[in-house]
Amino acid sequence: MAPSTHRAPASDADPAAADSAPAATAPRPGRRAALRHPLVRHGLWAVAALAAVAALTAATGPVTDLRVANVGLHLLAVAGLQFLVGTSGQVSLGHGAFMFVGSYAMALLVVNVPAMPLAAGMAAACAAGCLAGLVVGAATARLHGPYLAGATLMLAVGLPAIALRFPDLLGGANGLAFATIGAPPFLAGAVDDTQWRAIVVWTVALIGLVVLATASAGRLGRHLRALRDDAAAASLSGVPVGRARVTAFVISAGAGSLAGACQAYVLGTATPSTYGLSLSLVLLAALVLGGLGSLWGAFWAALAIVYVEVAGTELAHALDLSTDVRNNLPVVFFGAVLITVVLAWPRGVHGALSALGRHRSTPLKTGDSR
Amino acid sequence: MRTDPIRAARPLAAASLALALLAAGCTGAGQTGEGAAADLDVSTGVTDDTVTIGAHMPLTGPAAPGYSQISVGAQAVYDFVNANGGVHGRSIEYLAEDDAYDPTRTVEVTRELVHNDEIFAMVGGLGTPTHSKVVDFLNTEGVPDLFPSSGALMWNDPEKYPLTYGYQVDYTKESKILGEHISEEFADADVGYLMQNDDVGVDSQRGLDMYLQDQAVAVEHYESGAEDVSAQIANLEQEGAEVVVCACIPNYVALALLESARIGYEPQFVTSSIGGDTVTLRGLLSSFAEQAGSGGDPDDFLDGLMTLGYLPPVEMDDGDPWVEFFRGVYDEYGEDAPMSNTTVYGMVQAVLFVQALEAAGEDPTRASLIEALESQEGSGPGLVPFASTEDDRGGFSGGFITRYEAGEGLEMVRDPAVTDNAEGDVEDVEVDRPLPEDIGPLSQG
Repeated sequence: MAPSTHRAPASDADPAAADSAPAATAPRPGRRAALRHPLVRHGLWAVAALAAVAALTAATGPVTDLRVANVGLHLLAVAGLQFLVGTSGQVSLGHGAFMFVGSYAMALLVVNVPAMPLAAGMAAACAAGCLAGLVVGAATARLHGPYLAGATLMLAVGLPAIALRFPDLLGGANGLAFATIGAPPFLAGAVDDTQWRAIVVWTVALIGLVVLATASAGRLGRHLRALRDDAAAASLSGVPVGRARVTAFVISAGAGSLAGACQAYVLGTATPSTYGLSLSLVLLAALVLGGLGSLWGAFWAALAIVYVEVAGTELAHALDLSTDVRNNLPVVFFGAVLITVVLAWPRGVHGALSALGRHRSTPLKTGDSR
Repeated sequence: MRTDPIRAARPLAAASLALALLAAGCTGAGQTGEGAAADLDVSTGVTDDTVTIGAHMPLTGPAAPGYSQISVGAQAVYDFVNANGGVHGRSIEYLAEDDAYDPTRTVEVTRELVHNDEIFAMVGGLGTPTHSKVVDFLNTEGVPDLFPSSGALMWNDPEKYPLTYGYQVDYTKESKILGEHISEEFADADVGYLMQNDDVGVDSQRGLDMYLQDQAVAVEHYESGAEDVSAQIANLEQEGAEVVVCACIPNYVALALLESARIGYEPQFVTSSIGGDTVTLRGLLSSFAEQAGSGGDPDDFLDGLMTLGYLPPVEMDDGDPWVEFFRGVYDEYGEDAPMSNTTVYGMVQAVLFVQALEAAGEDPTRASLIEALESQEGSGPGLVPFASTEDDRGGFSGGFITRYEAGEGLEMVRDPAVTDNAEGDVEDVEVDRPLPEDIGPLSQG
């Protein structure tokens, strides 16, 4: 029996493999029993999304491929954060620190154990992130609201300094630089290295999203939503408060560190300055911009992280401004977009889009209002 | 409550299965193997009337205040060359892309330069943390990687990076020259080090320790990005350091000078080449003093500062033909900011590239550019020999030491010398410099 106080609407995590807009209009599941299972359903979405990414990268050049890969890994990072913030209601300002863990785990493996297969490296980086998430989650499970935010903030500020403390192992402020394997030989000519890396990143990201969506649609997701809405009521109904919170933290950290590992793999670098406080804040701000409570929100957030910054930088260079203004314009631009979107649509881009499409389908949404 | 273990395990099982499938098809993630060497017999980026080159530069962000002048200087020289007929009739298009000193951005803009803009060569990519992330990529893609703006030792590694040619005197060489001079001129003094906590500090300290091991009484580090160095200065004072050697970027030299003046500590300050440009320092000192609301003439803080240099210094009013040439170019094609040694740094890079491009012939290819560079001898506008041979790509191979006198300008206290970055001695050197009019593209006008 499932002692849940809330109904878990299947649609809550429905557009799991958020990738291409047309996918949203595909028929809803439910024709056949096998398709009803969340894992199968999400898996099919993921396969479709991966095919779309492969087609997209085949049509574009290496620079766009790099951006596509960037969107993929940020999607995974934000989706992990969305699972923590949107589903379990724990606000973390330190998500970038888990990307740091994954990135350095991957970097160290590539540098020191070059023979290790990529997938094993990803798995190890994910495991390292989960472990870090377990430690942090266990330490912060009793904290709420601003106290939790403060504790995780400390993580974002402090953790990257580890690289400076151990310069011989972690390369200090310069970080680590390395070359990673490109497209396999039998694809030579058909797929270039950057394209291959984009596809690998999206494969990893989509596997991560399937896990997140499935976990969110299942018992754990119900527990977490119950906790988020009213911890006392959830506890009275038999939800294991502490364990559910820590599990959410572990899963979220795993997604974050996988994203970091993908970044290390794509860029061939791990540098402490990349994973500073601003990254953690950008991830959270972008999630709010994209829309809390849905994996589609994470997709819009990832797009915003990659492309709003590009647009802001280009704007700064197009206008002939002084250095001080140019330095800050991309950030101000992002902030202006964020404020505008949230003022106009409090539930973010995803909220706006689902309001637009409401006449077509109005699934029961319990997750979006908080 | 009970959790259904099978159900709970499913997502994890699916994930592990997928990862296992992936693992089965992959060789080691770090095994990049020796791919076929890129074809250098190409003239990517060269058209009938243009040659496109690029660089990643911190035009915004923390490193911008000092270093954005480098691309301004280089651009001024290219503008001058283009206005006077170009190189073999081709004008040089110089794309300085902003990476904000962020390695992630460096990777992106470098790929844009190589894939979208199709540059012929990268000239002067700036920064160790940044450029070290693209040096592999440039070498794999067969893009000549000339004169990275950094003193790291890794650019001089022909085996690993066959297309990379260094520029700046490396941190170990310059600190050996400084170390030797201090051990001779301040033989009885206690010496303290103030080091940036990265490869700048590590490589510099190695050179200094070869001569100053016995005199060193304190080694202090600061993190790049830190707001002040008061604790470090206080420690240096407490340990009684009479000479302070600073392997720091200008920002921290200025902070160190201000802080010691504030607590009344007056050691002999010696800086490596990256931190000793008095024009830049004067600007920083004025703006820091303004922020603190205190007055004072920046010159008072700079008085007595000793610095290593390898390019003709702009503060030295001895009618150096290159400084005069650069001044003329900068007045016409530069910007409002005063011309500093940092500007000259970029201008010399541009001159060296123009020289090599001209020598590469009427129809340059990447291979002929490399060949021209390797057969080039001499120093360009610098005051020490420039190494760009097949086996030694160290760039400027030594330096001279100057001392700044408030109101007087610079005085040379140690003549140009060369050394290596290992056990070799420091030896005096004289170079036979070309004049600006000796270099074809600079003389038409």
